[in-house]
Amino acid sequence: MVKINGESLDAAGRTIAAYLAEAGYDVAKVAVERNGEIVPRAEYEEMTFCDGDTAEIVSFVGGG
Amino acid sequence: MIPEREELEAALQERHGKELQERFGRAVVAVCGLGGLGSNIAVILARAGIGRLILIDFDRVDLTNLHRQQYKAAQIGMFKTGALADNLREIAPYAELETHTVRVTEDNVCSLLQNTDIVCEAFDDARAKALLTNAVLTGLPGKYLVAASGMAGLGSANEIKTRRVTEHFYVCGDGVSEVTDDIGLVASRVTVCAAHQAHAVLQILAGE
Repeated sequence: MVKINGESLDAAGRTIAAYLAEAGYDVAKVAVERNGEIVPRAEYEEMTFCDGDTAEIVSFVGGG
Repeated sequence: MIPEREELEAALQERHGKELQERFGRAVVAVCGLGGLGSNIAVILARAGIGRLILIDFDRVDLTNLHRQQYKAAQIGMFKTGALADNLREIAPYAELETHTVRVTEDNVCSLLQNTDIVCEAFDDARAKALLTNAVLTGLPGKYLVAASGMAGLGSANEIKTRRVTEHFYVCGDGVSEVTDDIGLVASRVTVCAAHQAHAVLQILAGE
């Protein structure tokens, strides 16, 4: 299982890009933290979630 | 009568303590976006005695900014960088100010921000927020990024929080309150969020 934004999900083996698309995120508005590090955008297509990973998707909304 | 540099420094040291004030005085903080968040962050940090502020925005002061941003009616039409620098010099005459009237892009972000200790993300556009966050945290290792997301409307000010996402990444806001056609930015709630960001900067510098 992968813990994403505090929730245990069956996302192991999926790429970050695939997970973001499935979960309905706009890739242009997010930052992805995985195991304490920010994942570079260029790695979303290749990097897969592994069993035991902890991740957070920070999805920005407009206003400032 | 403008006080001498030494008088102002002594007053700040009396409030913050000598060691902490020396840290604030040595710090370089960049504020990216000088709207409701950024103009208020910059005023707080200048008052707190941050030594050098890098102010970045491409836009001009507009009539619709005055209800929440640190500009004056007579400054409508000026670039925000110049207008805010003028206002900050009246507040903190010895703060060093560096201004860049540009749009932050993937291409210029590293050169604009390479000399800062901490970057405040204070844009209004969600894509620009994400671009800056990703660029700083993956392209400029060791720098801190204090971002904001979700501060529109008249919801409770108590919903605005500071969260630490990674060692170098903080996000302030409620995470969800977006600007829409029905709901805009209200001075008090945006300023609460700006104060959270400025406070995170001071806490980072203090090592809290």
